Amino acid sequence: MSPVPVLPAIPGPPLAVNLRSAQLVYGGLTLFDGLDLDLTGGCFTCLLGSSGIGKSSLLRLLAGLTAIGVSGDLRGDDGLPLTGRVAWMAQQDLLLPWLNVLDNVTLGSRLRGERPDRPRALGLLARVGLADAALARPDTLSGGMRQRAALARTLMEDRPVVLMDEPFSGLDALTRLRLQALAAELLIGRTVLLVTHDPLEALRLGGHILVMSGRPAIVQTLPDLPGAPPRDPGDPAVQAAYRAILRLLEVVT
Amino acid sequence: MNAIRRGLATLAGVLLSWQMIIVIGELPPYILPNPWAVAVSLGRNAGSLLSHASVTTLEILTGMVLGTILGSGTALALGYSRRARRWLLPMLIASQAIPVFAIAPLLVLWLGYGMASKIAMTLLIIYFPVTANFYDGLRHVPPGWLDLARVMRPEPRRWAVLRHIALPAALPALASGLRIAAAVAPIGAVLGEWVGSSAGLGYLMLHANSRMQVDLMFAALATLATLAVGLYFAVDAALKRLLPWHSANPETTETG
Repeated sequence: MSPVPVLPAIPGPPLAVNLRSAQLVYGGLTLFDGLDLDLTGGCFTCLLGSSGIGKSSLLRLLAGLTAIGVSGDLRGDDGLPLTGRVAWMAQQDLLLPWLNVLDNVTLGSRLRGERPDRPRALGLLARVGLADAALARPDTLSGGMRQRAALARTLMEDRPVVLMDEPFSGLDALTRLRLQALAAELLIGRTVLLVTHDPLEALRLGGHILVMSGRPAIVQTLPDLPGAPPRDPGDPAVQAAYRAILRLLEVVT
Repeated sequence: MNAIRRGLATLAGVLLSWQMIIVIGELPPYILPNPWAVAVSLGRNAGSLLSHASVTTLEILTGMVLGTILGSGTALALGYSRRARRWLLPMLIASQAIPVFAIAPLLVLWLGYGMASKIAMTLLIIYFPVTANFYDGLRHVPPGWLDLARVMRPEPRRWAVLRHIALPAALPALASGLRIAAAVAPIGAVLGEWVGSSAGLGYLMLHANSRMQVDLMFAALATLATLAVGLYFAVDAALKRLLPWHSANPETTETG
């Protein structure tokens, strides 16, 4: 086996993202209106909120998956639209069952009519621990392995901005912890937004932590935590922040 | 193999009840011949049965291939053009209101007594299930896959998504359509032969019927049944082999 390849550097300086006056009206309900969201370039940001608050819609807006009732002004800090500079990872792994893992990882290039960079894809699969499963069909893999493959596919896109919609919520606790650490390591240097309903996940991974609450929803920024992610869940600072988040989400008073 | 043993048991059961009906009902051979008489007739007329069966098989297979091509083409047009949906879909549904049985004499009038009218008949009878199933599959591609593709900026957009996502995702639905097609295609061919023909199992059955050769009629029927069952299982096996990811899904795999 060749040595584990290094991830390619992100081209150019990290890209910050600014969203202004976002609005979501769904079924006559205003979920948010005049909402602003800023993502620091090259930083892992977590967005917390209870389910149904509109955080997934917000993420989809950032991904360019606009639906009826959603609008907002979205730009990178270079003033250009985000189109084509975003990779997206959903809660479901979205692996195509008729392709093997390697072909799933290189799906993006095939969709764009480019020649797939198989050596790089194999390198990424090795990095996520799937070197031996490259030729396996997704339905033969466990949930954790499938989500690893999805992570490799996301990294294969090599975009400055990575949007993740509760990508680990369907996994068991141990697999989730391992994948969180892996994602934190592999996404360093990219502008990441991870949407989650799990405060501990946000505290473990977030460089910045945003909390979305209320109706119409607003986004509040938590004070940054000490230490680099992935953090130890037992850290007193993490514990204190956990209580603060629960207060913000009105779980405890 | 369990399946083979089950099939043989079913066959034995059918033959036994057949014989019992004859014995209990005291049916004369010109109403219902016994299984043995049919077997003898099968052996004696093997050559003629085979040549008629090959005509019917050719009609069925040609009709299936053409119907599949036409049905898939229609489904793709429906899935990818709003105009096609607006014009074609009502016509497609209205066309199903006319029973194929009613147009069979017309087809024979237009296309003659040869194979063409039977192929057309088969094509017509499988066209709708193929189109409807495949179109349904194209419409119900999991939205997550389409979202993923959209973020990846496919180029050229619609064609790339069709080729890499929608088409393979809809193949299992097309396969369901083809299974139905395999089951009903023999009806089309035999129906066409009944209305007017000079060859094929349907012709042989009518011919035997008019001469009171009931045992030959049953022999032709048995040949047709074997043909139809064989066609279905061949299509089913081919589809399972072509779409391994689909048949590997535990919810759709047979157990036992």
